[in-house]
Amino acid sequence: MSERTFSVIGKRIPATDGPPKVTGTALYADDLRLPGMLYGKILRSPHPHARILRIDTSKAERLPGVMGVVTGKDAPARYGILPIGHDETAFCLDKVRYVGDEIAAVCAISEQIAEEALDLIEVEYEVLPAFLTPEEAMACEDPNLWIHADRKRNIEKEYHHHFGDVERGFREAIESGGAVRFDRFFQPRVTHAPMEPHACVAHWEHDGRVTLWTSTQTPHYVHRTLAEVLGIPMSSIRVIKPFVGGGFGGKSETFTHEIAACLLSKRTGRPVKFTFTREEVFYAHRGRPEQYMELKTGVTKDGRITAVEAKVIQDGGAYCSYGVVTILYAGALLAAIYDIPNIKYDGYRVLTNKPACGPMRGHGTVGIRFAFESQLDMLAEEIGMDPAELRLKNCLRPNTFTVNSLRVTSYGYDECLRRVIEASDWKNKRGKLPFGRGVGIGGSHYVSGAANSIIRSKMPHSNVSIKIDYDGGVTVYTGAAEIGQGTETIHAQIVAEELGVALDRVRVIAADTAITPVDLGSYSSRVTFMAGNAAREAARDIKRQLFRVAAELLGESPDRLVARDEKIFPQDEPQRAISYQEALMAAIEQGGTLIGKGAYTPPPEAQGGNFRGAGVGPGVAYSYSAQVAEVTVDPETGQFTVDKIWVAHDCGRAINVLNVEGQVEGSVWMGLGQAVAEEQIFEKGLTMNPGLLEYKTASAVDSPPIETIIVETIDPEGPFGAKEAGEGSLAATIPAVANAIYDAVGVRIRDLPITPEKILKALAEKRRRDKDANGHGEKPTA
Amino acid sequence: MRCELITIKVNGEERTLAVAPNRTLLNLLREDLNLTGTKQGCDDGDCGACTVLVDGRPVLACIKLAAQCDGCEVTTIEGLAREGRLDRVQEAFWHEGGMQCGFCTPGMIMSSYALLQRNPHPTEAEIRQAISNNLCRCTGYTKIVAAVKRAATFAEFTQR
Repeated sequence: MSERTFSVIGKRIPATDGPPKVTGTALYADDLRLPGMLYGKILRSPHPHARILRIDTSKAERLPGVMGVVTGKDAPARYGILPIGHDETAFCLDKVRYVGDEIAAVCAISEQIAEEALDLIEVEYEVLPAFLTPEEAMACEDPNLWIHADRKRNIEKEYHHHFGDVERGFREAIESGGAVRFDRFFQPRVTHAPMEPHACVAHWEHDGRVTLWTSTQTPHYVHRTLAEVLGIPMSSIRVIKPFVGGGFGGKSETFTHEIAACLLSKRTGRPVKFTFTREEVFYAHRGRPEQYMELKTGVTKDGRITAVEAKVIQDGGAYCSYGVVTILYAGALLAAIYDIPNIKYDGYRVLTNKPACGPMRGHGTVGIRFAFESQLDMLAEEIGMDPAELRLKNCLRPNTFTVNSLRVTSYGYDECLRRVIEASDWKNKRGKLPFGRGVGIGGSHYVSGAANSIIRSKMPHSNVSIKIDYDGGVTVYTGAAEIGQGTETIHAQIVAEELGVALDRVRVIAADTAITPVDLGSYSSRVTFMAGNAAREAARDIKRQLFRVAAELLGESPDRLVARDEKIFPQDEPQRAISYQEALMAAIEQGGTLIGKGAYTPPPEAQGGNFRGAGVGPGVAYSYSAQVAEVTVDPETGQFTVDKIWVAHDCGRAINVLNVEGQVEGSVWMGLGQAVAEEQIFEKGLTMNPGLLEYKTASAVDSPPIETIIVETIDPEGPFGAKEAGEGSLAATIPAVANAIYDAVGVRIRDLPITPEKILKALAEKRRRDKDANGHGEKPTA
Repeated sequence: MRCELITIKVNGEERTLAVAPNRTLLNLLREDLNLTGTKQGCDDGDCGACTVLVDGRPVLACIKLAAQCDGCEVTTIEGLAREGRLDRVQEAFWHEGGMQCGFCTPGMIMSSYALLQRNPHPTEAEIRQAISNNLCRCTGYTKIVAAVKRAATFAEFTQR
């Protein structure tokens, strides 16, 4: 099938689930109402670190309208998203570990009564010293005070990787007359802040089966964890994902309210709903950790990167969550964007008494990419090279293995760079705009689906089945979770294209564990690639069945047939076509309802090397992004605006142009927020800005125009050549802005977010430095 | 708490309801009238997801008391599509990719609808200003702005 002949692939297709969203009929978890439903609320810890001496729920239980109370003893099983990080329980058993940690849950006939009941629960604490920075946490030698007793000096995990020989690389850079730099960078804690607060409804029926409707990105993982914690078989549990109002990584594991809803529904025999307040969303967090970075990079005189050495410390908060993955990504994805022969990495994931961090869009790669791309600009200046040119000089080639055993297949970073350089008029702007205005460049990449499953299972990562019945409708069943990123539309397009039927014949049923086959979920940008391949495979299975019958009707061999525009015909003989409907009826008359299935398993050669921690970093493919930001800075006040961003993203093939643009724009915008505003602030362990007014995200008036360029490299293994589009562009925005600020006013901000205060301070320091360097504070005259 | 009797016209339908003095318009719509299209994103007036029209003007339903709406006309997202046809703003949001997760969408559409009613040909700056109370975490606003621009080019706005 050549590109020219696609019917629905590569077009601007409005989301197939658009109408319910624009009319308000889309049901999100909090919109569900079941007869007899009760309302749940969670009691949370007011202390960052304390032993629980006593919990007395009796007064709460006696409050009229209260139907049930649960605490730690009702579900003591330990769990966690990673097999090596089972450090959570539904409710705290002996200790609380952050302000917001869950202690008990209540359900009542109204939300107000449930809230009142929380005040009646008596908890006696012995307050412990709290560790609020990784430095404090790692300095603690007293095992009695460690946040988790089995995590020595509060270190969740540390990794020390060395590929090649960085010392040799640095020597080579120096000897060539190039440059080696060492710099420190900081990334603050930021959070997803999806517009929809977490919510769920559980209904435990009298047959011993429980159904949970929940706002989640990973129904399968919730399904698994519920079985472990509730102590019932997975076959007795049904997890249904309704419409989800955004996730960005923040809804990728099991949360206490999901377990509590099940427990309380079992106890009361009635459906129970939990809906988070906005403040609770900040406690649930699982966002990006504070990250302290030390980076040393060498380049030769002619601009070849010879070595990079990084030390990363992440303040992961009170529980592991995906933390081990986050710290590994930060190291592993130093590779796979530039050709770097020597890489050394020391990563520390540290526990502190703050809400647990987890995966967030661009998982693990964002802070280190800011550091690396900033330092690359500094090195470019030292060797007197244009920073865009330095990047172009260090591109990889397609189909290579990196020094840390990552397999790169399609690779469009060089083209992305060239496209944004051209579109932004880089050559006439960089270093040439008046003082106070500047442009900056940055690059990033991301896995298009992790090649290794986090659950250590050999089962396929995605499964899709298709049913076609007498009505001619094509029903696609997928476990992949639509969370606003457009996966249902992508599934529908892939199936429609493969079967040669109209898009509106296709209906996608997604993410109901009782109905849809298993998919690992919407994280690590895996759905288009993995579920997309499974969907295509399932459609091919159906097509084989249809072609067998059509071949008989046409007196042709099945392998000569093509399906297109609702017709089936021999290659190059469209005039001999029979209709899809005719072939379908004949096939159903012969064998009944058509059922097709497809699965996707990553190829072994994509799964990475053979060292401790090698499982994280390998993607089945990588997306690439290059960006140029243009800024205006007022040197008197430090106030600045980002005036425009040009972005080029290599998504393999854009299955849906409208959707790819939307994903890329959203990523850039979220990266921009992190560059200039977003930061969670803590005092004494307390989240100081747990609201959407205090946690600043850019509004429509603060958001610059974004010009999106799609680069297609047609990945050899992606469905129709597609790779991810939803995360890879986030990380590049931040260094592009930082580099543009430097181009505008000559100061480098190494500490995110970039604020007017930091710029003013840096400008004052720069003036002092320039004054010292010149002796008299006057600019030397020619 | 003593309830008050109010009369309120919601999407053209007149209702008389007993409301507690602390009942918000948002709770009235979502809980009492089962109009769940209007969303609760913060309950603090910060995010705009609960935007509805009260007498034609955009209002944050989560910080508006129901009792204050006695005698008012309220339009929610459910009141825009008519006779099975999407309103032009809804149509434009769908076709321009102006929504992703859809959670801010009802509020965003109501603010945009109100803008186009009072200003049928807004500039980009006016569009951005009009939706600056509505936070969106998915789109970066680019396609939302495009959607409002497109809606403005559609046939004359039906007044209601």
